[in-house]
Amino acid sequence: MPSSEKKIEKHRQLRDSIIDSYPAKVGKRRSRHLVVKGEGDEQVEANAKTIPGIITTRGCAFAGCKGVVLGPIKDAVNLVHGPVGCSYYSWLTRRNFARPGESGKNYLQYCVTTDMQEGDIVFGGEKKLMQAIREVKEALDPEAIIVSATCPVGLIGDDIASVAREAEAELGVKVFSANCEGYKGVSQSVGHHIACNALMENVVGSEEPEETTPFDVNIFGEYNIGGDLWNITPLLEKIGYRVLSTYTGDASIHDLARAPRAKLNVLMCHRSINYAAQMFWDRYQLPWLKVNYVGVDETARSLREMARFFEDDGLMARTEEVIAEELERVRSQLDHYRGRLAGRRVMLFVGGSRAHHFQHLCEDLGMEVVLAGYEFAHRDDYEGRQVLSGMSRSSLSKVVQDISYELESGFEPAFSEEELGRKGAALEGSLLDYEGMNAHMKEGALIVDDLNHHETEVLVRELRPDVFCSGIKDKYVVEKMGVPSRQLHSYDYSGPYTGFEGALTFARDMEMAVYTPTTRFMAPPWKKEAPDGDA
Amino acid sequence: MRQVAIYGKGGIGKSTTTQNLTSALGEMGKKIMVVGCDPKADSTRLLLGGLAQQTVLDTLREEGEDGLELEDVMKGGIHGISCVESGGPEPGVGCAGRGIITSIGILENLGAYEKELDYVFYDVLGDVVCGGFAMPIREGKAQEIYIVASGELMALYAANNICKGIKKYADSGGTRLGGIICNSRKVDGELELLTAFAERLGSQLIHFVPRDNIVQRAEINKKTVIEYDPASDQADEYRKLAGNIDGNDMFVVPDTMSQDELEKLMMDFGILEAA
Repeated sequence: MPSSEKKIEKHRQLRDSIIDSYPAKVGKRRSRHLVVKGEGDEQVEANAKTIPGIITTRGCAFAGCKGVVLGPIKDAVNLVHGPVGCSYYSWLTRRNFARPGESGKNYLQYCVTTDMQEGDIVFGGEKKLMQAIREVKEALDPEAIIVSATCPVGLIGDDIASVAREAEAELGVKVFSANCEGYKGVSQSVGHHIACNALMENVVGSEEPEETTPFDVNIFGEYNIGGDLWNITPLLEKIGYRVLSTYTGDASIHDLARAPRAKLNVLMCHRSINYAAQMFWDRYQLPWLKVNYVGVDETARSLREMARFFEDDGLMARTEEVIAEELERVRSQLDHYRGRLAGRRVMLFVGGSRAHHFQHLCEDLGMEVVLAGYEFAHRDDYEGRQVLSGMSRSSLSKVVQDISYELESGFEPAFSEEELGRKGAALEGSLLDYEGMNAHMKEGALIVDDLNHHETEVLVRELRPDVFCSGIKDKYVVEKMGVPSRQLHSYDYSGPYTGFEGALTFARDMEMAVYTPTTRFMAPPWKKEAPDGDA
Repeated sequence: MRQVAIYGKGGIGKSTTTQNLTSALGEMGKKIMVVGCDPKADSTRLLLGGLAQQTVLDTLREEGEDGLELEDVMKGGIHGISCVESGGPEPGVGCAGRGIITSIGILENLGAYEKELDYVFYDVLGDVVCGGFAMPIREGKAQEIYIVASGELMALYAANNICKGIKKYADSGGTRLGGIICNSRKVDGELELLTAFAERLGSQLIHFVPRDNIVQRAEINKKTVIEYDPASDQADEYRKLAGNIDGNDMFVVPDTMSQDELEKLMMDFGILEAA
């Protein structure tokens, strides 16, 4: 039996033992979320309701909307309409970095909320919200004020959209709202969609850039965690691109408004922002290209694909120059790390796109990905966008309205349909498409959607990875099991991990994790034998 | 202290019935508090002779929790009845249900229930539309429920629904149905229908209050019938109701009906024509 078949069989058995440990009904449901690559049917049930009591690591719609997509907009104040905890406990948790831009404004360090109290619930919170918006304008004078709804707002029916409209008229500053009540949907994922809708309806296309260049791009789904964006923009600028906007890491509300004039949207996080990418395509015939700046080879591949899209010899030449230059710079160190990390095994359970992105970087370092999965992805993130047409939306997912745009009248797209057809052909189908994570996975690797606490423990115990990469909610559980853990949502206190330079930073962190596994040497008090003579 | 909640379809006459009933109990010498649980805050108007009542929630809004005193929100009405109005938001905003939960909590904190009382009456808005309006029957507050109904289908439909609410909280809160009060609309066969309806629920028709225009005249004069015309027949009807409730010892978990069964009951009494 070839080794890959053996591994498939071993991991199938492991998966089946997990399923058998559940009550029958739970096991049946979970079995659709745990798949072994190569076993045949690799449909992954995703974006499904978490089973109550199972201890998921998922967030809520508010977390996805305000926390992920709208939160990083630096020159807008994110005003949270709700009780204080929703705002306070989502304060600065994502490590989105920003530097003040043209307006000189950056409010990311602020935490602003209406602090709803009992009386606001009973009598409605609209007046308090209006007052809060006025105070934000007076005290901070931001370029925009974004109101995010928390659960009680939806329950009592505060009409935050009309408060926002009135405030905008009264104060002369852009004010808009997102009805991202936490209880909507099955995870934070629905919040991304709500945020994309809010941006499309209120911001996008409302301003024109002073000038355009032939190589203007928007970077979609890049949130500048730990400065990820800042490893990428210098490369792009060196090649000759201009980054017109980023959705939404280090973003300015004005840049977001001017984004339709770019020539290409490059898409990092497919899950969180594909909605906006699709709406840009429908409304402005502005195409998107899935890229990945995590990993050396992937960064190089992504830069080459961008250059192929633009069909410009100079751009292509400079792309090759930059890649060669960067590779030369990092090669020897990368070789060193590869020597230290080759054959090490890693589990990646993160995000709705990151578990795919980081596989490439791990493989650059010779590490083996034994398990990968997503917290809040949908089927297309696993299996590719071709599944979208065959998917029926569940009644739960209808909490968000799909907005469908037609080409905006009077808008002159950057490229004709013929040109886009040619570019698409040159890119061999990768334009406007994403093949999903599964295609990249190695035979026998496990794919797990919405990993829960029990499964984490069993899988870590059985697979004994060298590093477990996830988030804050499972990090310490795994470290207590003697396995080092790195957070790939926040990068702990490290990063950036993108581009050529970021690969080295990641490699250094992996080396530290693998070679200084302090957690393995620490015994908790209850596992220590009582010292002699201890009364 | 007996805690009693009065429920029933909107417009059925809950507030009128409650105020006449409590007025009669007051006349008997009982110590009573009436808590209006309706954002319209009109549950104690007749007891107070039309005196505008500062509601609990208005006071909370204006003074804040720290500035709230029991004297601000509790007014004495006829026969020494203590009157409190929960109040609530304007129509279309906020959460009236939450308001009731909040205001009952405030009353407890202020010690409203610590006074020597024979009865606390809750007069609750319309149907049990959400958790807030079920508040008086939750957590062991009102132990007895009386439902005001008439011979009209929608009144019985609402009464049956309210019974479902009572059933839901019967185990945890120990609340029980004390009976159905008929506030007559002079519908054909009303007494028989209501008697059968109450019995079908496993309960009783505690009193049939006939329709009499004196109730309207008293209301216009901001008085209960007991006060407006103590010698009238209608005043005696309310005294009988009060006496029945005071002597009531039949408290049940209601056995609710399906819609079909309810309609059949109406047909049996000739109110709905069989199709």
